[in-house]
Amino acid sequence: MQEVEQLVKMVNQIADNFSFHDDAVDRIEDHLKRFWAPSMQKKLIDFDNTQGAELKPAAREAIKRLEAG
Amino acid sequence: MHEQQTDLGTPAPLKIGAPVSLVIDGNAITVPEGSSVMRAAALAGAKVPRLCATDSMDAFGSCRVCLVEIEGRKGFPASCTTKVEADMVVHTQSEPLDELRRNVVELYVSDHPLECVSCSANGECELQDVAEALGVETSRYGMDGASHQQQEKDESNPYFTFDPSQCIVCYRCVRACDDIQGTFALSVSGRGFDSQITAGQEDGFMASDCVSCGACVSSCPTEALMEKTVIEHGLPERSVTTTCAYCGVGCSFHAELKGDTVLRMTPDKEGQANEGHACIKGRFAFGYATHKDRITQPMIRERIEDPWREVSWDEAIGHTAARLRAIQEKYGPDSIGGITSSRCTNEETYLVQKMVRAAFGNNNVDTCARVCHSPTGYGLKTTLGESAGTQAFSSVSSADVVLVMGANPSDAHPVFASRLKRRLREGARLIVADPRRIELVSSPHIRADHHLALRPGSNVAFINAMAHVVVTEGLEDSAFISSRCEQEPYRKWRDFISDEQNSPEATESITGIPASDLRLAARLFAGVRNAAIYYGLGVSEHSQGSTTVMGIANLAMVTGNLGREGVGVNPLRGQNNVQGSCDMGSFPHELPGYRHISDPAVRNLFEQDWNTNLRAEPGLRIPNMFDASISGNFKGLYVQGEDVAQSDPNTQHVEQALRSLECLVVQDIFLNETARFAHVLLPGSSFLEKNGTFTNAERRISMVRKAMEPLAGLEDWQVTMALSNALGYPMEYSHPSEIMDEIARLTPTFSGVSYAKLDRLGSIQWPCNDESPEGTPTMHVGEFVRGKGYFAITGFVPTEERSTRKYPLLMTTGRILSQYNVGAQTRRTQNSEFYSEDVLEIHPFDAEERGISEGDWCGIASRAGNTVLRAVLTDRVQPGVVYTTFHFPSSGANVITTDNSDWATNCPEYKVTAVQVTQVREPSNWQKEYEAFATRQEELLDKARV
Repeated sequence: MQEVEQLVKMVNQIADNFSFHDDAVDRIEDHLKRFWAPSMQKKLIDFDNTQGAELKPAAREAIKRLEAG
Repeated sequence: MHEQQTDLGTPAPLKIGAPVSLVIDGNAITVPEGSSVMRAAALAGAKVPRLCATDSMDAFGSCRVCLVEIEGRKGFPASCTTKVEADMVVHTQSEPLDELRRNVVELYVSDHPLECVSCSANGECELQDVAEALGVETSRYGMDGASHQQQEKDESNPYFTFDPSQCIVCYRCVRACDDIQGTFALSVSGRGFDSQITAGQEDGFMASDCVSCGACVSSCPTEALMEKTVIEHGLPERSVTTTCAYCGVGCSFHAELKGDTVLRMTPDKEGQANEGHACIKGRFAFGYATHKDRITQPMIRERIEDPWREVSWDEAIGHTAARLRAIQEKYGPDSIGGITSSRCTNEETYLVQKMVRAAFGNNNVDTCARVCHSPTGYGLKTTLGESAGTQAFSSVSSADVVLVMGANPSDAHPVFASRLKRRLREGARLIVADPRRIELVSSPHIRADHHLALRPGSNVAFINAMAHVVVTEGLEDSAFISSRCEQEPYRKWRDFISDEQNSPEATESITGIPASDLRLAARLFAGVRNAAIYYGLGVSEHSQGSTTVMGIANLAMVTGNLGREGVGVNPLRGQNNVQGSCDMGSFPHELPGYRHISDPAVRNLFEQDWNTNLRAEPGLRIPNMFDASISGNFKGLYVQGEDVAQSDPNTQHVEQALRSLECLVVQDIFLNETARFAHVLLPGSSFLEKNGTFTNAERRISMVRKAMEPLAGLEDWQVTMALSNALGYPMEYSHPSEIMDEIARLTPTFSGVSYAKLDRLGSIQWPCNDESPEGTPTMHVGEFVRGKGYFAITGFVPTEERSTRKYPLLMTTGRILSQYNVGAQTRRTQNSEFYSEDVLEIHPFDAEERGISEGDWCGIASRAGNTVLRAVLTDRVQPGVVYTTFHFPSSGANVITTDNSDWATNCPEYKVTAVQVTQVREPSNWQKEYEAFATRQEELLDKARV
């Protein structure tokens, strides 16, 4: 599995596990900031801007917030 | 001769009673009520001879040597079984007593070889001591009568012998096996003169149920049970008290040496984690430290296809620093990283993470806890506020119900298992939640009230269902919840958990646990005063490992089982210093003491002290490093004392990552599997060769003391220090105590820790600070570390790793008693006589369907890879589930495991792999390639040594 595919799988997992919360997007964003290296975050941002269809909606929203800083 | 451990004859009373004053041989003494006269006499300095009594076991009263006279009482009571009373006047020495004792001892001696001078126990034989004290040199009964002197020695066990001719049938070994170890492998067969110690059904020690814990050997008063090393080399001359380097129990031992050779490891009676007990690994499997495979010279090479070249330490360190710096110049500062070791000391681990952050200039540091208990850190920090277990091991002695989930203490944490079994024999109830029927479910004098054989991957559904029953049946501890926990999160959680989808009936199809059984177990758990949860990697190594840990904390909070003795959330840590390596800031997002790297105040504290600037963002975790390596962005890795090529999942992926590195630096005591891919090999030092501390699963910091000089000349912390200096970041420590002083200066939970205090107290459970200057056995008393407890929502998300028509079985993995993790240590000892290869446990139904018989070669295929193991047919595993261990590299257990991981921490999902099993005739392709590669690498090593 390519690195970015693995990252997509991981962020989708995070989205699934926070899906039980009303503030899932906030939690996903916070989780990525607290536990993911900036290089991993950047790869997801780049992926979202090119082939982001595989990202779950909440994950995608959180990544957009990361990109917005 | 080294000093023997003090023995007061009988144990201290279980509960410290009121003081009782009496007079023994004219000396006044005050002892707690319930003490024996023998113990009081020993404390008063009186020497009462004894043979069957020892203070690690209850009095037995059989040898009749410890008789005393008590004024106002008739006869000569045995001092071991007579309790002290107020104003008692005791005489331990008199002519009538001597006469009685001499007679008894002469009877013993009449059936005992009088060859003390040539006996290997000469100098520590209690029969010899007693005979000498009483002036017995021969026996009035003569030596020509019937005797046991011609009986054959049992030498079947690789580590100790049993010589019936030396045995005085004092029952100490039998009682040690029963009362301390809890295995009940020994008994006394026959009566009267025919009485003799028997292992199993007269099977001999090796073929019996004996687990080689050594408790019988330690307790034997003569040479009847004796270590083979002592028989061969004689008694030790000196001893050093240190801490075991195997599992997370962290047993204290006396390393007993002759010169620089360790002859035996005897468990320390004062050891607060083990109280004088041990297991086969810690007690006997220390020979790896001087095994011929030890790497004792630094080595370098350009490519992994090249032979190794032995070099000086200076050249190796200079070369490594230059290679790492060159990589950073070419690929950027984030292109290198380091992995700390849970087998190394706190001080060594601290230095590695410091070097990565300060000298490498990034936060790419991680530790093997990533692949075992990282979900524990996340889950307990979130719910309770601290990434650690809540209790001391001794707390289990007050538990009324124990839930063991995803752990197999009998094999993986045997000394704790013995303590737990003792409590269960006293009447505590047991719930086991495990896909496999572990030994605890049904063992001598123990039967679990409930074995909930859940399906792999259903932990969250199970733990939620337990909490559902508690909440919906009104079994919660409302007072605890209202006073100790956050209310709004609790209300939300209560709504969530009460939902019918979390009921035992709704989750039965997921867990496979009959709803009625689960309800009974939940009621049992919630219906007692003290219920404790112990869990292991069967909880953490799942795609929802962190969620399950939070679910466990929820269950403990909702039933009020935190903050006192007998309860709690207790992760059983895998390696000796997993807790410590996490405490020391080994995770890429945390500085020592679990403080996030993004916190400016915390960062500033370290920046000031370390005189450097720190990056504010988390670095790469181990799996992220591997992925980045394959992508070409990560090129240099320093690995201290870990073997990721064998221990991490999806071996072929890991191997690809390691091959992609331009500089892999491995610091280890052996050429391990990872080192076969390395460019620099720095010799490590075993736990016997260095000073430092380990922190066990109960947060107990214990001293590791150097027993012999490091074979390669340097301790591991010295190597890291040299590398840091060569990289241009100065480190100047002359002793690990100075590193601990720095840790204490910078880490609030360690602020009261020092080597001087550790020497004084023996060990310390953190937090140790002004508030708790002698440590904290029980956490969260009165208040949680985070203030109020947090009920986390724990929704069940099924793993993507599911059984299908192609991969219909679920494989799970674990440990065996005699081998340890990747086996690098235990495979180089005689422990391999107990377990010489990994096997596949498969249920007879599944085997029959596939035409597989006992001992057949089985091909195991998963989405990640294939391997071949021999089949063992057993109903320990349920139909649909297979099980193996991962102690031998050629087994390739992790060739099969996938790169699925815990959603929060990336801890691999070792415990759930969908597989197909078929009968095959030859090893897998991976195994053939592995053998060829390993052989080639051994040849390259041999060339360096020539």
